[in-house]
Amino acid sequence: MADRVSLASSAGRALAATRRGRLNLLTPQDKLLLVAMLGIPTFIHLFLVWVPTLGSVALSFTRWNGVSAIEPIGLKNYTDIVNIYPPFFPALSHNVIWLAFLLLIATPFGMFLAVLLDRDIRGTRFYQSVYFMPVVLSFAIIAFIVDLFFAPEQGLVNNLLGTTKQGNLIDWLGDPKYNLGAALIFTGWRHAGYIMVLYLAGLKSVDPSLRDAAAVDGANARQTFFQVVFPTLQPINIVVLVVTVIEALRAFDLVFVINKGRNGLELISVLVTNNIIGEASRIGFGSALAVILLVISLGAIIPYLVRSFNAEARAEVRGA
Amino acid sequence: MTTQTIASRRAAPVSAARTKPLSLSRMALHAFLALTAALWLLPLVWAAYTSLRPYSDTAERGYVSLPGVINFDNFAHAWSQADLPHYYLNTAIIVIPGVIVTLLLSSFVGFVVARFNFKWNLALLMLFTAGNLLPQQVIISPLYRMYLALPLPEWLSDTGLFFDSYFGVAAIHIAFQMGFCTFVLSNYMKTIPKEITEAALVDGASVWRTFWNVIAPLCRPPLAALATLEFTWIYNDFFWARVLMQTGAKRPITSALSDLQGLYFTDNNLIAAGAILIALPTILVYLLLQRQFVRGLTLGATKG
Repeated sequence: MADRVSLASSAGRALAATRRGRLNLLTPQDKLLLVAMLGIPTFIHLFLVWVPTLGSVALSFTRWNGVSAIEPIGLKNYTDIVNIYPPFFPALSHNVIWLAFLLLIATPFGMFLAVLLDRDIRGTRFYQSVYFMPVVLSFAIIAFIVDLFFAPEQGLVNNLLGTTKQGNLIDWLGDPKYNLGAALIFTGWRHAGYIMVLYLAGLKSVDPSLRDAAAVDGANARQTFFQVVFPTLQPINIVVLVVTVIEALRAFDLVFVINKGRNGLELISVLVTNNIIGEASRIGFGSALAVILLVISLGAIIPYLVRSFNAEARAEVRGA
Repeated sequence: MTTQTIASRRAAPVSAARTKPLSLSRMALHAFLALTAALWLLPLVWAAYTSLRPYSDTAERGYVSLPGVINFDNFAHAWSQADLPHYYLNTAIIVIPGVIVTLLLSSFVGFVVARFNFKWNLALLMLFTAGNLLPQQVIISPLYRMYLALPLPEWLSDTGLFFDSYFGVAAIHIAFQMGFCTFVLSNYMKTIPKEITEAALVDGASVWRTFWNVIAPLCRPPLAALATLEFTWIYNDFFWARVLMQTGAKRPITSALSDLQGLYFTDNNLIAAGAILIALPTILVYLLLQRQFVRGLTLGATKG
């Protein structure tokens, strides 16, 4: 703080003037440039992300096959989705299972790895590199590895279990009893490393004296974590939560590559895509599915934004 | 001799502190971490093992068997038969301009938002951040229609449209990824003392010079981190290229993999080699620039 004051006073009066009306200092060209620097990226973002988002909302109240005229039909798409569209509830429940799996297993496992690695351990860099490695792989690649593992006759798993013969053969990816699980194992494989890295960064920022104090008070490792460290990590906990929810809603590539998201692997994201691209071009109907996805996503995004930007606004007020 | 003894004397207390007697819990911890690491590497090791065995070898002995022959033939075949260089090039046409333009435009927004107090700053940042968090499928149906309707000059797109063009695929990456990069860069720029830019402006530097010669060089760390991250995300894209790029031969390499699987679906060994070759650029970037990579993610999560 003292530094800032002295810096400001050394720059003298000119600086004080800019403090009051900084924009006065700018030439017309400068102002034009500022408008362009802000305007062009904002236009691109609005035009390609938010205009289509609103477009999805508008189209969701219509019937349109992309060729004939757009026909407004009110809420019919939504009632149809609920009443006469068999894949919807399976897809919704698969998204919920996906989220539950990430939230209850993969995310905690990633956090657990981070807690284990956040101390003076030999080889911690190596372990971190290995656990994070799957994050740099695309889901298209991962889907192929899933196939190498779970293919009926040639896959690693069936060969290890000895279930490759007619009669006892387990069709991991074809059988709706198993294929979601097979996809989830590999999703978790990728997700845990991601969470581990985010969480390690959070743990590194925890004031070491807190832990020392806890140790002096005789807390064991588990008590220290849950009662001292975890509460101070609230900001990163929220980020981890949001990342997990968004990942569950975005899931698409893996199931799409495995079997186009059918027969036990339906997800809302896949239903949207299948209604828009391919033979059946049901744009209004697909948009209604997209809006359902949007509403669920905003349920996670808005509280997160409000929280983090509120904190920022408060910090700015304090700083000024 | 003397330097050696000094060195070892100095090192002694440190190493004594380091090598605590291995307690039982430490050993259990290491066993757990090593086992997890082995499990984590298994999928990649298995893919690599499969790719090194000729198809005939696995056909005769089965996939789960000791190898009769090990060689790199599958890699050579995947490279030439599947025409991988062609698809790498397709990816490069999208990724390189994609990353550069994303970073440039994001640093514009970050700069203006962090340095000048417009009324809409916060709302704008929230919009960008929220946009980046949306699932892609939320926007796909209108976007697909827009891409079919929006014209482009011939030299930018051989279809004359956004649809089925490199320009169109790069554009949606830029629009989407800007959200994240703007968020990270504006947070970073806010940590740069305001006096620096104010002094430059008072000295008569234009806004552009202040940005380009003062702020941008100071932002090298987050820019390097974001470049690493964005390269990987855009390289790994499957969805946009799958939906917005119709011509198979124009698709970037990640989304072309499933076409490859369709063509050679019986020869898992060849596809394994292809998959490894396709994954290699991101793995290499990660191994070489791991610190950048992790910092990029962390900057986004912890706000600098």
